[in-house]
Amino acid sequence: MADLTDLGVAAIRDGVAKGLFTAVEVAEAFNANVAAAQAALNAFIVTTPDAAIEAAKATDARRAAGQPLGKMGGVPIGMKDLFATRGVQTTAASHILEGFEPEYESTVSQKLWDAGAGMLGKLNMDQFAMGSSNETSYFGNVISPWRRNDGGNAPLAPGGSSGGSSAAVSARLCPAATGTDTGGSIRQPAAFTGISGIKPTYGRCSRWGIVAFASSLDQAGPMARDVRDCAIMLEAMAGFDPKDATSLNLPVPEWEAGLNADLRGKKVGVPREYRMDGTDADVLASWDQGIEWLKDAGAEVIDISLPHTKYALPAYYIVAPAEASSNLARYDGVRYGLRDLPDGANLQEMYAATRAAGFGAEVKRRILIGTYVLSAGFYDAYYTQAQKVRTLISHDFRNAFAEVDVILAPTAPTAAFGLGDMVSDPLAMYLNDVFAVPASLAGLPAMSVPAGLNREGLPLGLQIVGKPFDEQGVLNAGLAIESRAGFAARPERWW
Amino acid sequence: MSVDTATVARIASLARLKVGEAELEAMVPELNGILAWVEQLGEVDVTGIEPMTAVIENHLRLRDDVIDADPLTGGGVREAVLANAPAAEHGFFGVPKVIE
Repeated sequence: MADLTDLGVAAIRDGVAKGLFTAVEVAEAFNANVAAAQAALNAFIVTTPDAAIEAAKATDARRAAGQPLGKMGGVPIGMKDLFATRGVQTTAASHILEGFEPEYESTVSQKLWDAGAGMLGKLNMDQFAMGSSNETSYFGNVISPWRRNDGGNAPLAPGGSSGGSSAAVSARLCPAATGTDTGGSIRQPAAFTGISGIKPTYGRCSRWGIVAFASSLDQAGPMARDVRDCAIMLEAMAGFDPKDATSLNLPVPEWEAGLNADLRGKKVGVPREYRMDGTDADVLASWDQGIEWLKDAGAEVIDISLPHTKYALPAYYIVAPAEASSNLARYDGVRYGLRDLPDGANLQEMYAATRAAGFGAEVKRRILIGTYVLSAGFYDAYYTQAQKVRTLISHDFRNAFAEVDVILAPTAPTAAFGLGDMVSDPLAMYLNDVFAVPASLAGLPAMSVPAGLNREGLPLGLQIVGKPFDEQGVLNAGLAIESRAGFAARPERWW
Repeated sequence: MSVDTATVARIASLARLKVGEAELEAMVPELNGILAWVEQLGEVDVTGIEPMTAVIENHLRLRDDVIDADPLTGGGVREAVLANAPAAEHGFFGVPKVIE
């Protein structure tokens, strides 16, 4: 039998349904890959091999009984450690939540289990999803399975914040993983590791049970090896949830059945403001190649303008920290998580000591920025101004989508950088999300698909941004690129 | 606008973050770098523009005004609520004494 860990979501689902192999065989194969890679890649914070086997046995039993297996029947997945999982440690990669075992299950993870998926473990990530390189985790860096083709072994960033997810999928530790995207945290790591990932329209996936970072931006989505697998998994994750006040009360489309790479009659916008200084020449070349692929698929390509693009990132770095400073106020050493109670400390001192001990440097930095921009006397100058600029960015997209169906841009301005290369300069790190953040601010569906390798042998991603609710249009353009890019590169196993 | 050590200390206090002297000194230039960079938003003409309140038009829902509308949050789950508390005492969250 071929190596089961070379299979993606669709192939596993179909193979289990046809009886080509059992779900338990699949789970065992991925459990073995997870265990073998853990020391080298550090992609997981906890592994749950027994949970994967248990879910697989249930799928095999359902098949034996002639019952339906579900959209993800027999597919073991990795779960980003931002999703609350009942009885399994959920930390958001922070010290302050170390040992926290939720008494409840997040809506998205429950939907995946209900669809027949099983859990291989909880994936490492940037602490509270704040970071673009997975270097802010309390549980250590995730190492990308990719290496440059220069013969050196410099450890590379898997992207962030969903860096455990991207590393695990590209290293064949799981066929798919959940991610969350606040300002690019699904798309940028997908681009860095040569996989696909989609952030749906804000509100498609319930935020209930996902550790909150910036609630007006946070959105869950799938990360997998191809567009079809993303479509399948997104169907299982999405859907109305009365427990999330911003959940969209809309039916979940059949995105997999709707996949169609024929773009005749479609218009693709290419935003001129995204041609920025500092963008890598290989990235620009892959963008030009992407334009040609979409033309080849029948689309008409149109030059468009998104005039407020350069203000998206600074607006994001006001809005997101402001929301984070509010959301993270809940970690106080009283109800769950870490408590640091120095001798003789009063309640206020306990709060301050607990939060100082429990949060990492980047989290503290963002809490302080957020607290400052929301403080009396500065609120209007910073926060209100940023929210007005956000409205303008949203208008830019609305105007563009009066003309075009989807927008094509690079996912990130560079390929993966080395671990440690950016940590001393927070601003340089933030700039890596320059192409991803505008769609987040506007709540739009956006995906990254692999486009090719750069001159160093590292993957580059192309990003497709769609109209609100038009995940299908995004997936279809992604499929058109995927079928022409023929991206088959994978990291050579060194771990 | 830029911040000095005293301002960062005040913000840290508002955010209930204990910050040592050395850490404070290191944060001042970092925060000023970020604040100087976001200040470019000031050059955007926002005349007549409303601040964004929702990225996707949506209506806030109210749940039915009944007891235990959602059994998960309706009550009667004290043990589950306290299960992860660092210091659960007598069915409550324990904290340092706040009344002399």
